[in-house]
Amino acid sequence: MENISLLTYTLFLPLLGAILILFINKRKENAIRLSGLVISILTFIVSLFVFFNFNPSADNFQMVQKVGWIKNLNISYQVGIDGFSLLLLMLTTFLTPITLLSARNSINKQVKEFTFFMLILEVGMIGVFISLDLFLFYIFWEAMLIPMYFIIGIWGGDRRIYAAVKFFLFTMFGSLLMLVAIVWLAIYAGQYLGGFSTDLLALYKVAPSIASNVQNYLFWAFCLSFAIKVPIFPLHTWLPDAHVQAPTAGSVILAGVLLKMGTYGLVRFCLPLFPSASIQFAPILSILAIIGIIYGALVSMVQTDMKKLVAYSSVSHLGFVVLGIFAFTQESMQGAIIQMINHVLSTGALFLIVGIIYERTHTREISEYGGIAKIVPLFSIAFMIASLSSMGLPGLNGFIGEFLILLGVFKSNVLNNWMYAIFAATGVILSAVYLLWLYQRVVFGEVKNEKLYKLTDLSAREMFVLIPVFVFIFWIGIYPNTFLNISKTFSARIVNQVTTDNAAKIKLSENIKDK
Amino acid sequence: MTQYIYLTVLLPLLGFIVNGIFGKKYFSEKISGIIGSGTIGASFLVALLSFIQVLGLPSEQRSIEVSLFNWFNIGNLNINVAYQVDQLSLIMALIVTGVGFIIHVYSIGYMHNDKGFARFFAYLNLFIFAMMNLILGSNFLILFLGWEGVGLCSYLLIGFWYDRKFEKSTTSDAAKKAFIVNRIGDFGFLIGLFLIYLTFGSLNFKEVFPAVNAMSNTTIFNLIALFLFIGATGKSAQIPLFVWLPDAMAGPTPVSALIHAATMVTAGVYMVARCSVIFASAPAIMTLVAVIGAVTAIFAATIGLVQTDIKKILAYSTISQLGYMFLAMGVGAFSAGIFHVMTHAFFKALLFLGAGSIIHAMHDKQDITNYGGLKKYMPATYKTFLIAALAISGIPPLSGFFSKDEILWNAFANGGVVLWLVGVVTSLMTAFYMFRLYYLTFEGKERFGHDAHPHESPKIMTIPLIILAVLSVIGGFVGIPAVFGGENSNLFEKWLEPVFADANRKLSFYNSYGHTTEILLMLVTVTGAVCSILLARFIYLKRISIADNLSRTFPKVYKILLNKYYVDEIYNTAVVNPIVKISDRFLWKITDNKLIDGLVNGTADVILLISGYIRKIQTGVTQIYALVMVLGIGLAIFWLILSIK
Repeated sequence: MENISLLTYTLFLPLLGAILILFINKRKENAIRLSGLVISILTFIVSLFVFFNFNPSADNFQMVQKVGWIKNLNISYQVGIDGFSLLLLMLTTFLTPITLLSARNSINKQVKEFTFFMLILEVGMIGVFISLDLFLFYIFWEAMLIPMYFIIGIWGGDRRIYAAVKFFLFTMFGSLLMLVAIVWLAIYAGQYLGGFSTDLLALYKVAPSIASNVQNYLFWAFCLSFAIKVPIFPLHTWLPDAHVQAPTAGSVILAGVLLKMGTYGLVRFCLPLFPSASIQFAPILSILAIIGIIYGALVSMVQTDMKKLVAYSSVSHLGFVVLGIFAFTQESMQGAIIQMINHVLSTGALFLIVGIIYERTHTREISEYGGIAKIVPLFSIAFMIASLSSMGLPGLNGFIGEFLILLGVFKSNVLNNWMYAIFAATGVILSAVYLLWLYQRVVFGEVKNEKLYKLTDLSAREMFVLIPVFVFIFWIGIYPNTFLNISKTFSARIVNQVTTDNAAKIKLSENIKDK
Repeated sequence: MTQYIYLTVLLPLLGFIVNGIFGKKYFSEKISGIIGSGTIGASFLVALLSFIQVLGLPSEQRSIEVSLFNWFNIGNLNINVAYQVDQLSLIMALIVTGVGFIIHVYSIGYMHNDKGFARFFAYLNLFIFAMMNLILGSNFLILFLGWEGVGLCSYLLIGFWYDRKFEKSTTSDAAKKAFIVNRIGDFGFLIGLFLIYLTFGSLNFKEVFPAVNAMSNTTIFNLIALFLFIGATGKSAQIPLFVWLPDAMAGPTPVSALIHAATMVTAGVYMVARCSVIFASAPAIMTLVAVIGAVTAIFAATIGLVQTDIKKILAYSTISQLGYMFLAMGVGAFSAGIFHVMTHAFFKALLFLGAGSIIHAMHDKQDITNYGGLKKYMPATYKTFLIAALAISGIPPLSGFFSKDEILWNAFANGGVVLWLVGVVTSLMTAFYMFRLYYLTFEGKERFGHDAHPHESPKIMTIPLIILAVLSVIGGFVGIPAVFGGENSNLFEKWLEPVFADANRKLSFYNSYGHTTEILLMLVTVTGAVCSILLARFIYLKRISIADNLSRTFPKVYKILLNKYYVDEIYNTAVVNPIVKISDRFLWKITDNKLIDGLVNGTADVILLISGYIRKIQTGVTQIYALVMVLGIGLAIFWLILSIK
C-alpha cells in the first residue's frame, strides 16, 4: 500500500468519524454535534487538498488508486477523479458541514443517530463520485439509501413513513435494474476482457462496441435507474413527498447531492459506455426533460406548501440539466455541469430558508404568511437572493447554467431542432412566475397574521449557514471560469467521444435517413 | 477618460453596496442621499469628460472598447465583461447619468422621512448600474445582464412600498406583473441571441455587426430581428406587452420619472438602434416595427384622453411616445429615434417630477378632477410643467418639436402617408390630453377640499425641475433640420451618423420630396397641435359640460377607453387563469396525484394483494408443510423418471 490516494482519505475520514461518534455518550448532544461538524469540516479541508492537487488540463482520471478486492470476479477498490467528479465531490464535502450546522435547532431527538447517519451518507455520496469500479459504485449507491431512508423516516414530518417507503421503493426499483445491467455488462464485456470485469476504465474501452440492440437494453437499464434519481418526468412523484417530509438537512442533501447522482450517473456511465444508444435516445430524453421543465414549473406554481413548491421547482431545474446532457454540445455539457452545482446552491438555499422560517412558525402554508419584509429584513434579503439565483438572473449563478444549456441545445446537431430550446426557454418565464409569486405572498403585502410579528430575524448561526452558499452564488455568476475551467477538458472529451463514436455516426446517419 | 468608462458602471454599484449594507443602520438621510446621488454625479462627470475627449477625436477613432475581465469562455463562445465607448453609447450614458443624477437629487426631497430612504437610494443606484451595463456593454450578453438587471430594479422599485394598497391589491402585484411581462420579452430576446450566435458564432458587437454587412440571408435576419423586437416590446412597453407600464406607476414618482419614462423603457429603442444593421437587413420586420410603433402610439394616446389619474395619463403618454420612437426605428430614422429618446427623457422626466411635486402637495391624491387652480400655490412646478407640456406637444422651438418633426418627416418620406397620418393624429391627441391635464390641474376653479393645503415643494425638488425645464427648451437645438439651418445644422444626426452608416447603406432611402413639402407638413402638425391645445383650453376651462356630454353621448366608447380596451381582463381570462387552473386541477391534482401516483401505489397494492394470498400458504400447520413436501418429492421423482428415457 505505498500509494494511498488523497481520495481514499476523503472517503474514509467521515466513516471513521461516524464510528467515533458511536462511542460518545448519547446525552452529550452538543459534543456529538460539534464532533460531527468538525469531522465534516476536516473532510472538506482534505477535499481542498484534492482540489489543489488536481490538474484541470490533464485529460484522464487522477489520483487513481486500485486495490484488488474480490479477486475471483476481478472486482477491485478503484477510485479516481476527473474534472466532473471533482466538482461534485467538492460540492458534497462543502454541503455536509452546512447541513449539519443548519440542523442545530431542528433536530432535537436522537442527535447521535442523526449525526451518525449524516456522516455515513457523506461516505456514500463521496464513494459514488469517486468510484471507478461498477461494483464499488453500486455498493455506495445502495448504501446511501439506508441513511437517507432513516433520516426521512425518523426525523421527518407527519407522513414520513409513507414518504420514506415511497422514496425507498422508487429508488430500489431503479437500482435493481441497474444491478442486472451491471452484471450483464460485466459478463458481456468480459468476452473481450478475458473474464468478468467491473473495471470502469476497461469497460469504457470495450462497451461502446457492443451491438446496438444489446446496447439499447443496457442503456435503458442504467438510464431508468438514474432517471428515477434525477428525477425525470414521469418518475418524479417520489420527490415532492420525500422533500416535504424530510427534515431541512435531509432536503438539502436530497436536492443537493442525491439528485445529482442521477445526472452524474447519466454522464459517467450511460454516455461513454453506450454512446450510440445515447445519441439514438437523445430526442426522447430531451423531450421528457422539457416536459419536466414546463410541468415542474407549472405544478410548482400552484402549490400551497412552500417546501413542496421548491421541491417541484427541482423537477424543472433538473430538466435543464438532463436537456443539457443530451444535446451533446460543449456549451450545453458545461452548462449542465455548472447547473448541477447551481441547483445545489439555489435550491439548497431555498430549502434552508424555508426551514429557517418553519422552525419559527411550524407552518409551511404560504397563505399563513405575508408582509414579513418589515419584520425580518435580513431573512427577506436572503430569500430574495436565493429566488433570483434560482430564476437565473444574470450576474448570479443560475443564469450561466441556463444560458449555456439553452445555447448549446439551440445549436445542437444531435437534436437538430430549434424547438427544443424554444420550449425549454419558456422555463425562464415560468421560474420567474412561481418564485416571484411565492416571494410576493410570503414577504410582501400586508401582515395579516398577527403571529408573524413575533418572528425573529436570522441568527448568527443561520447567517453562517447561508453566507457560504451565497458566496458561491455570486462567484459563479460573476466569475464562472473558476468552475468551468475544471470541467472544460472533461466536457470537451465526453462530447467528442459520444458524437464521433463510429457506431454513433452510423446510427446518426440512419436516423437522418429515417427522417 | 474613455479608458475609465467602467467607472460609470462601478460607481453606482459601489453606491448600492454602501447604502445597501450600511445605509439603514448607520447613515442619516443626508449621508445616504449624498452617497446615492454623489456616485451618479461622479458617473456623469466621467461620461461627460469621455464625451469631450471623444469629441476631439476624428470620427473613425470614436469607437473604443474597454475590457475588464473574461466572464466565461467555452469553445467559440468568448464573453468579456467589456464596455464600449462610441457615439451612441456616450449619448445614452449622458442621458442616463445626467437625468439620473437630477432625479436622484430630487428624490432626496421627495423621499424625505420615508422609512426606506437608504434602501430607495440603494435600489436607484443598482438601477443605474444595470442600465449602464445595458448601454455600454460591448457584447449581447453584457447588454442582457443590464437588460434583466433593470427589470429587477424596476421590480424592486415598483414594489418599494410593498404593503401599500394599489388598485385591487398591493403594489407588489404591479411589481410582479412588470417583472413577468418583461420576462416574456426577455424570452424572445434570448432566442434572438441564440440565433445570432448560431448564425455568426459570436455575441460580440464588433464581430457580429460587420458580419451582418457581409451577409444577405433575409430569412435569418427577419427571424433574428423579430425575436429581438419581441424583447424590445417587453422592455419598452409596446403592443402586445405594454400592460405592465401603467401599473408600474405604483412605485414612488421619482422611479416613474427615471425608470418608467426617461431611461429603462427606452432600452428597447436603444437595442434596436444598436442592432440597426440587423434590422435594416430585415425589411419585413422593419415594417412590423414601424406599424407596431405607430399603432401603439395612437392606441395609448386614445386611452390617455380619458384617464383621470395624473400618473396614469403620463404613463399612457410614455407608451405613446415610445411608439413614436419605434415608428422612427421602423422607417429607418435611427438617429431621429434616439434624438426623441433624449428630448423625451428631458420633458417626460420633468412631467413626472412635476407630477410628483403636485402629488406631494396634494397629500398623495392623484385624481386630476380633484385638482384645479394650483398655479398660484406652486409657481415653479406650474411654470416648468407648462414648458414640458408644450415640449411634448411639439410646439416650436421647444425640444419636442424638433425630435417629433424629424420622426414624422421620416415616416412620411420613408414609410408613407398612412404612418405619417397616424403619427400626426397621435400628436394632436397628445397635445389635447396634456393640456387637458394641465388645465384641470393648474387653472380653473379649485376643486380640492378644505383640508388640502397645497404648497410649493422645497428647493431640492424645484431646482431639478428648473434644470430639466431648461433642457426641455434648448435640448432640441442640437438637431435643427437642414431645411432651417442648412446641411450641417443637425449636429445630433451628424454625430451619430457613423453608428448607423451601415444600416443606412443597406436601407438606401432617398428622399424625393422637396423642402416645400417638409415645411408644409411641419405647418400642419404645429397648427394642429396649437388647435388641440386651444380646444383643450376651451373644453376644460370654459365648457366642461362638453366633455361630460361627449362621454354621455358615446357611453360605450368612453367606457372602453376608460377601461383601457379591457386588455388586462382579456389577458387574464385568455391566458393567466387557464394556465393556473390547468396546472392546479389537471397537472397537479390529476396527473401527478391520481395518475402517476395512482399507478405506483396501485402496483404496490397489487403486490400486497398477491402476497396476501401467498402468505396464506404459510399457515404454520406442520402437516400441510409435510404434505406439500411429499407432493414435491413425488413430482421430482416423476420428472426424473420421465427424463431418464
